[in-house]
Amino acid sequence: MSGLTPFIRALGAVVWKDLRAEWRSRELISAMLVFALLVILIFNFALELESTVRANVTAGVLWVTFTFAGQLGLNRSMAVEKDRGCLDGLLLAPVDRAAIYLGKTLANWVFMLLVAIIVLPIYSVLYNTNLFIPGLLLTILLGSEGYVAVGTLLSSMAVQARTRDILLPILLFPVAIPVLVAAVKATGGYLQGLDINEIRPWINLLITYDVIFTAVAFMVFDSVVEE
Amino acid sequence: MTAIIEVSRLVKRFGPKVVLRQLDFRVESGEFVALLGPNGAGKTTFLRILSSLSRPTLGNVSVAGFSLPHQAANVRRRLGVVSHLPLLYGDLSAEENLLFYGRMYAVDNLARRMDEVLEQVGLTSRRRDLVRTFSRGMQQRLAIGRAILHDPEVLLLDEPHTGLDQDACDMLDAALRQVAVRGRTVVMTSHDLSRTEDLATRFDVLARGMIQGSIQRQDIARDGLLGYYRQTLEQAQNNSKNHRPEAAP
Repeated sequence: MSGLTPFIRALGAVVWKDLRAEWRSRELISAMLVFALLVILIFNFALELESTVRANVTAGVLWVTFTFAGQLGLNRSMAVEKDRGCLDGLLLAPVDRAAIYLGKTLANWVFMLLVAIIVLPIYSVLYNTNLFIPGLLLTILLGSEGYVAVGTLLSSMAVQARTRDILLPILLFPVAIPVLVAAVKATGGYLQGLDINEIRPWINLLITYDVIFTAVAFMVFDSVVEE
Repeated sequence: MTAIIEVSRLVKRFGPKVVLRQLDFRVESGEFVALLGPNGAGKTTFLRILSSLSRPTLGNVSVAGFSLPHQAANVRRRLGVVSHLPLLYGDLSAEENLLFYGRMYAVDNLARRMDEVLEQVGLTSRRRDLVRTFSRGMQQRLAIGRAILHDPEVLLLDEPHTGLDQDACDMLDAALRQVAVRGRTVVMTSHDLSRTEDLATRFDVLARGMIQGSIQRQDIARDGLLGYYRQTLEQAQNNSKNHRPEAAP
């Protein structure tokens, strides 16, 4: 570790700590996963769709599932830091606080992608839809990155409040609308087999959102967590 | 002796509420200062400012020669903090917690240092156990280990005895004496006078957002701390009755 810059070392330490703790407890992943599976199961029975219509709603159902499961994970990930005073422990470390933010974001991204990896095959079977399209997988990567980038920042704000469980979705969903719209449109486009030129604007929007919001969150995290 | 902590005319407001008003405070290197005061006196707020977790509204604060909040990273490198919360991850083992914090503080020879610290706080045999299986007293001892892992010059203790039973308090005090206090400057907040009496070398009383009095250990009788504390608080109360409270700028 000694050859690495302090920033990378701190970032790596935060990711390692989050993954290690989650590997032990499996609290966060299991909650996200159970929730995600329940949502797709409920939608499956509630909508009772024709196979042709299913392809059209798949994008929406998928992103509703990822969004709400992801919000559960974001809340829990910061609550763990706050409940035992560990957030203070992190902030007391003589490291660039942006490294703490990026470490938490990376760990949250991994958790969200793990849920997606498990949900996608189950969804494919239940809805009889092929979801293993490279472009669609890229959309999930980009969409979930944008979502956790802004979600990690806002959850670090919300966790300071008594009503953190309610506050996070109220803060997060309006800000995440552009990324969710772009992700749903791009996912729908791939599922309907649209031409790449029709999907590209949504992918470009996703990339732009990811870059802007990750950069902004990276810069303001220090001020957000400061008392 | 040189001052390692210097605070002058410190003001901290939370909205309209003034918690610290024109507070002056100075600690020489190697001193153990007990900061006494009733609930709501501003002890925790003051310690959070010293530890760079909270920004002062007004005034000058310097720790180990670095001013806050501008040189916060330099201050953090030289500080160890123990609070009533353990600042430890329950789903990591004792040594994993130290490994994580050691990486964050870039501790040299981390494996050897972890061995030393675990030995000093008496947790070597439980090093691989998850922290959530520890008693509250063991968690506080590990918290001391975490705070001294990077060998800080200054140790800030915020009500470290909160929630501990008598035996756990005794073990914590023993750990503090053996490990933390040696050669370090310590500032500890407490409203438990009996606990601080044997540990500290100086006692400051914080009330109504200001240091109301300060006394060296050798200047008080063996059982006189309580008397001094009550007298100082009474004096502060009388002063506030006689004079309108000075508005913080």
